[in-house]
Amino acid sequence: MISAAETRKNAPLWVRLLVPKDAPLYQRNESIMGWLMAIPALLVLTLFLVIPFLMAFVMSFTNQRLVSPNPTEWVGMRNFERLLTVRLFTLEPERDESGAIVYDDKGKIAYPRLRTFTRKNPDYPELNGLRELTSWQSGENRTVVLASDVVFLRALFNTLLFAAVIAPLQGGLALLLALLLNQALPYISVFRAIYFAPVVVSMVVVSLLWRFIYDGENGLLNTLLGIASFGSFQPVDWLGNPYTAMPAMIAMSAWQAVGFHMVIWLSGLQTIPTSLYEAAGLDGAGMWQKFRYVTWPGLRNTAVLILIVIVIQATGLFVQVDVMTRGGPLDATQSVVYQAVQRGYDKQDIAEGSAISVVLFFVVLAITIVNRYLTRERETS
Amino acid sequence: MTAMTWETRHKLVISLRYTLLILISAIFIFPIVFMVVSSLKPDLQLLRDSGSLLAFVPYGDISLNNYSFAIERVPVIQFAFNSTFTTVVAVLASILLNSMAAFSFAFLRWRGKKLMLTLIIATFIVPFEVIAIPLLLVVNNLPWIGPEGLKIGWLNSYHVQIIPFIADSLGIFLFYQYFRDLPDELVEAARIDGASIRQIYTRIVMPISGPILATVAILKFLVMWNAYIWPLMVVRTEELRPIMVGLQYFFQRYTYWGEIMAYLTLVTIPVLIFYLALQRAFIESIATSGIKG
Repeated sequence: MISAAETRKNAPLWVRLLVPKDAPLYQRNESIMGWLMAIPALLVLTLFLVIPFLMAFVMSFTNQRLVSPNPTEWVGMRNFERLLTVRLFTLEPERDESGAIVYDDKGKIAYPRLRTFTRKNPDYPELNGLRELTSWQSGENRTVVLASDVVFLRALFNTLLFAAVIAPLQGGLALLLALLLNQALPYISVFRAIYFAPVVVSMVVVSLLWRFIYDGENGLLNTLLGIASFGSFQPVDWLGNPYTAMPAMIAMSAWQAVGFHMVIWLSGLQTIPTSLYEAAGLDGAGMWQKFRYVTWPGLRNTAVLILIVIVIQATGLFVQVDVMTRGGPLDATQSVVYQAVQRGYDKQDIAEGSAISVVLFFVVLAITIVNRYLTRERETS
Repeated sequence: MTAMTWETRHKLVISLRYTLLILISAIFIFPIVFMVVSSLKPDLQLLRDSGSLLAFVPYGDISLNNYSFAIERVPVIQFAFNSTFTTVVAVLASILLNSMAAFSFAFLRWRGKKLMLTLIIATFIVPFEVIAIPLLLVVNNLPWIGPEGLKIGWLNSYHVQIIPFIADSLGIFLFYQYFRDLPDELVEAARIDGASIRQIYTRIVMPISGPILATVAILKFLVMWNAYIWPLMVVRTEELRPIMVGLQYFFQRYTYWGEIMAYLTLVTIPVLIFYLALQRAFIESIATSGIKG
């Protein structure tokens, strides 16, 4: 009788590689089948997910293009510097010979033109090529935020704003709907089916449809608001106005996806035992108290999950922008993914598109880590 | 309040609840009703009606003209075929590849299994949007042997729309979880009876995996049918274009509102019918994807 370890030592290398250390060698057929069955899926995942993911990191340090006559070169952090450089700069008012502040003809403080500092000014080499992102008044001075890539930073800001607003909005509405539907009443499943229906409709279809609804002249929303206010409502070009375009996009996205998270809340609600409600009822708890002390504590993990799912989905914002606004008006709806596609695909600048993808990945990673942290704390307490 | 019995009060609460439920339904349904009704109207009437509630009433010069015009203007039928073809192939292939891998993870002993499973779960946090651009470079450099011989670059083809999506970590994970929860005796008994691994997979495990198979199929169906960002980048010619990208091209080129509504209705109604027929399976699938993903 040979011991398993000895046989293992004498077995050919490929057998030792395939069969687990603690398993007898007569299982080699099983191990071969195991590899064979897993390999097609593993190959697809490696080639089309793992490799592109690693390539995103590598290419973000190069000047790779989709098709280029010139060889690709390493450029270090240049892509990231171009995307993310931000500087604060204080403009001091123009003064006349006596040192008094000069005012323009509208009575506002006059400042030297920014471009005198940012266009090849030898005294300010670090400002060369930067452009104004935003500015505010601080005393008699004006503080300007300068950025090397104004459009990308707007896109990053918009995407984070979109995620930060839509997560509580959509999660909250979904919870309200779920509470409304969590009753054993006749036909309740019909309503559940209706509320969920937009989820199966493509975002392309939804976005096109809502372009008609949001239209400034013949839009359905203006019509409905006009009827509801007896004609006193002034029509708004919802997608053409920089102040309403992003809120309009948020409202539409929430409309499309709220049913998805409603269903997740519903399955969370169903895990709360009815005996808890009965006990609370015997103790004289009202509707709100039941929600506050029974429902909500039972839903905490669901809540964290839903927030994370919405936020991660929101960071991928693309279709709505591409179909409805193309990033406009005045970059009010630019998004990170839209910029990645614009540069990586439209301009075929794979390196810059990859750098944007890497930034996006770190945003998603940060959100996931925060999620892990929040849920871990919950388990220990 | 005092005159009200408990029963009448209860009835009042119930009817209030139903009123609320119906009002909310209107919010979810009105764009879809508007879409279908508008697709039947000529443009002039459509624009006039959208200034009032008549937008929701099918009346006047009702016809299917918009549908025939839209189909004449762009090859909608070709687009629908392309989407159907890529969707069906990807759904079938993904069921096969994902379930085989999951079967191997759940029932077979081989070296490196745990590491692979961990890696697969780790890929959950990589959204498709992050890898889309480098993936473009990957497929642009892959070889393909077709009827016209060896060719480098997958761009502008059916396979570039299908193959990157025929396996996915969520699908593997969903199958794996389901298989792991099956009773051990089932597979052990078959082994003792001398069944081969292939027989256990095809005759024992897969036949009782209906629910999870439906889930994986529905999720893949929705991803493929609604595909937009990827085909937008890799498909150049009309005869390979899927339906959602075709829709956006149509919209950019023409502003015949009635025809756009007809197109929107054409691509949406089949999915909605499919959804209503398999409602429970759809809702459960998507809920699972949200919980596990």
